[in-house]
This record gives sequence, structure tokens and C-alpha cells, in this order.
Amino acid sequence: MATFIAIPILSALMILQSGVISRIPLLQGTPDLLMLFILAWTMQKRVQTAWQWCIIGALIFGLVSALPIGTPLLGYALATAAALFLRKQLWQVPILAMLVSVLVGTLISHVISLLALRLVGNPIPIPQALNLITLPSAFLNLIFAIPAFAMMGDLAKWLYPETLEV
Amino acid sequence: MNTPSDRPRSLQTVIFILIAVGLIALALGGFLTPLSRILLSPMVAVQTWVATRFQAVQDIVSAPQDTTRLRQRNAELEAEVAQLQTQIIELQEQLAETNVLSALVDFARANPENRYQGAAVIARDPSPFLQYVIINRGSDNGLRRGMPVVTQQGLIGRIAAVTAGAARVQLITDPASTVNVRLEPSGAQAVLQGQITGEILLDMIPQEANVQPGDLVLTSGLGGGYPADILIGQVSSIRSRDQDIFQRASVQTVLDFSRINIVLVIVNFKPIDITPLLPTPIAP
Repeated sequence: MATFIAIPILSALMILQSGVISRIPLLQGTPDLLMLFILAWTMQKRVQTAWQWCIIGALIFGLVSALPIGTPLLGYALATAAALFLRKQLWQVPILAMLVSVLVGTLISHVISLLALRLVGNPIPIPQALNLITLPSAFLNLIFAIPAFAMMGDLAKWLYPETLEV
Repeated sequence: MNTPSDRPRSLQTVIFILIAVGLIALALGGFLTPLSRILLSPMVAVQTWVATRFQAVQDIVSAPQDTTRLRQRNAELEAEVAQLQTQIIELQEQLAETNVLSALVDFARANPENRYQGAAVIARDPSPFLQYVIINRGSDNGLRRGMPVVTQQGLIGRIAAVTAGAARVQLITDPASTVNVRLEPSGAQAVLQGQITGEILLDMIPQEANVQPGDLVLTSGLGGGYPADILIGQVSSIRSRDQDIFQRASVQTVLDFSRINIVLVIVNFKPIDITPLLPTPIAP
């Protein structure tokens, strides 16, 4: 259930991302809703399906985007791994872990995208990419991180109700 | 038989009738008007005073009912206003869309050598590093990879990938996009390149070419990727240095690439792949 529900949720987020969010950039940067919600899901303490969400999200992203094949999967996988690591390190302050993992995840996915584009013969100038895309995207991702974390928290509570010991 | 006591009554009745008839006759003759005016004026004043006070009291008593009715009416009118405003917005959107479609039809009529397929832009690439849009027509509608995409204001890009019901269009603002162009009136050849900033730049303009701001930028048709003579924009500024082999220039497009809604795909253009004809370095 926790895995299959990712398909409609992440598909809806992709529609929102490509239909609305990508049309209103800050400079050239846009928030990555899929990555945000995957990381927010990963940060929930009872969640054990982070990798499934990561793969489903990356496949949906790859279907829509013209990025080289495998780029979203690699970027999201590394971002999820970083988030899982941070969840263990900062387990007492999950919201801080969320913000740090969003920042790290944005940097990782953008570096992977830039490297992949360079490999296929589309070298994008790094300073311009940093100033115009990565920094504004990271800023927007951090803004959206808290509501995403709260929403995924509610979903996790619904899917993984706490058991009461009598 | 009348008794003596009945006589005075009869007489009184006759007198009253005579007086009444006399008064009616006087009134009909207009002789009582001044008298009636004198008598009625105070009555009218008193009646007016009473009516005004009664109206005021009636207003006070019935005010809550009126307020309720007015509030209901106000709510009805507000709902009607909101509905009408929604209709106005819808009509404005329809008008704007009709204007765009009308311009596209004009463009198609002005270029009868091409066949077009209209499509709506339904999404943009989710990666901020790429300038692609997704349109709602695909191979089921005859679209193929490499077909040029235009609007009435000029070239947009070309189809990079197709599915049955949708296609992905690489915009000319994409950093990986290159278009061979011709500048008018100088006739100089150049290469148009997209930038990460969303702008487009002209490169490889020969140093001897006399290029001026305001020159038109049109597709040249060289390379077989695009048909010739499609408008792209105007030269806005030129960067020419003596030590450079080529001049560079920035291009101002008429089109706002962030607000593309409806496009035309040129379906009778077949791109030519000249890659096998390009010289390759021979291994020693």
C-alpha cells in the first residue's frame, strides 16, 4: 500500500511540476516537487519504502524529461541515500534533517544533471548554472520543504498508525 | 295621517334637503371653493403630520424585515456579479485564444507551401537545465521527430521525441539547440545558439559581414534541420572584436518563450540528416 500509493501521488506532483511550477521560475530555477516529497517521505521515521518511492519518482521524471536516460534515477538515488544517512544522524531534529537533505539533494541532483548533459555533448557553464538555476532552485526547495514534510508526516501517520501497548 | 308632532320633522327634512341642494349647487357653481380651502387646509396639515409620523413608526417596526430582505437581495446580487465576472474572464480567455488562432490561420494562409498541425502546449520539461515543451499531438496526428514548430511570430523549435498522443519540442532557447540562420539585408550566414539564460545568441558571423542592430534573423535552410525563411527575430546588439575570427550578436525574439500556448507543427517538412556526409578524421 505504502509503495503503490506513490504512483498516483508522484504522478500528480509531476503534472503539477511540469504544468504549473516549471512555468513560474525564479531566475531559471524551479523547485523539484518530486524530489521534495520523496525526501520528505524518506525522513518519516516509520517509513521503510523510501527506495521504492525514489525509483517510482525517478521513472516518472524520466518519462517526462529530456534529460539523458538514468540521470533522474541516479540523482534521486544519491539524494535518497544522503537523506537516509541524515535521518540517522539527525534523528532528534527531523525538520533540520529534512532541510539539510533538501539542500544536499538539490546539489546532488543538479551536479548529476550537469555531468550527464556534459557527457552527451551539452556542456552548460557551471558558474551560470549555479547562479541562475541551482541557487534559486535550492532556495525554492527549502521554502517548499516544510509543507512537504508536514504533508508526508500526515500520510505516514495514516499509513503507519502507531500501535498502543496495553 | 300626519300627527302635529310629525310636521316639524317633515319641515326640517325639507329644509335640510333644500340646504343640501343649495350647498351642492353652490359647490358646483364654485362658490364654496374659498370656504373649503379654509376648512381643508388645517385638515391636510394635520393629515400630513399624522401620515408622516405613522410612516416613521411603520419603518421602525418593519425595518428588520427589510434588512433581512435587503441582505438576501444583496447576496443574490453579489452571487450574480461573481457569476458575471467569471463569464467575463472566460469570454476574455476565449477572445484571446480566438485571436491567437486567427493569427495562426493567417500565418498558415500566408505560407501555403507548408501543411500545419495545430497543437497546445501542455507542459514544460521539469528539469530547469532544459528548454523543452510538451505538446498534445503525437504520431497519431502525423507528427514525426525533427519537424519544425512555429507560431505566427516565428520559429519555436523542433520535435525531439514523439509518442502516440504527445510530442516533446526542443525550443531554440535550449542550450543544446543550434539553428543555421541568415541575416537580412546583409545576407550573412550565422549559427543561432540557445543559452542557459533563455536568451539566444548568434555566433560565427563572418567578420566582413555588415551586420546592424535591427537586421532580421531568418532560418537559412542549411543543414536540412529547418526549412528556409522562417522568421526568428531581430539582431539587438553586436559584439565584434578585431582579434576574433567571428562576430557574435544577441537576438531579440518577438515571441515570449515562457508564454507559448498554441503552436503549429510543419508536417510536410522532412528533416535531412547530413551526419554521414560530414567529414570524419581519418585514422593514421
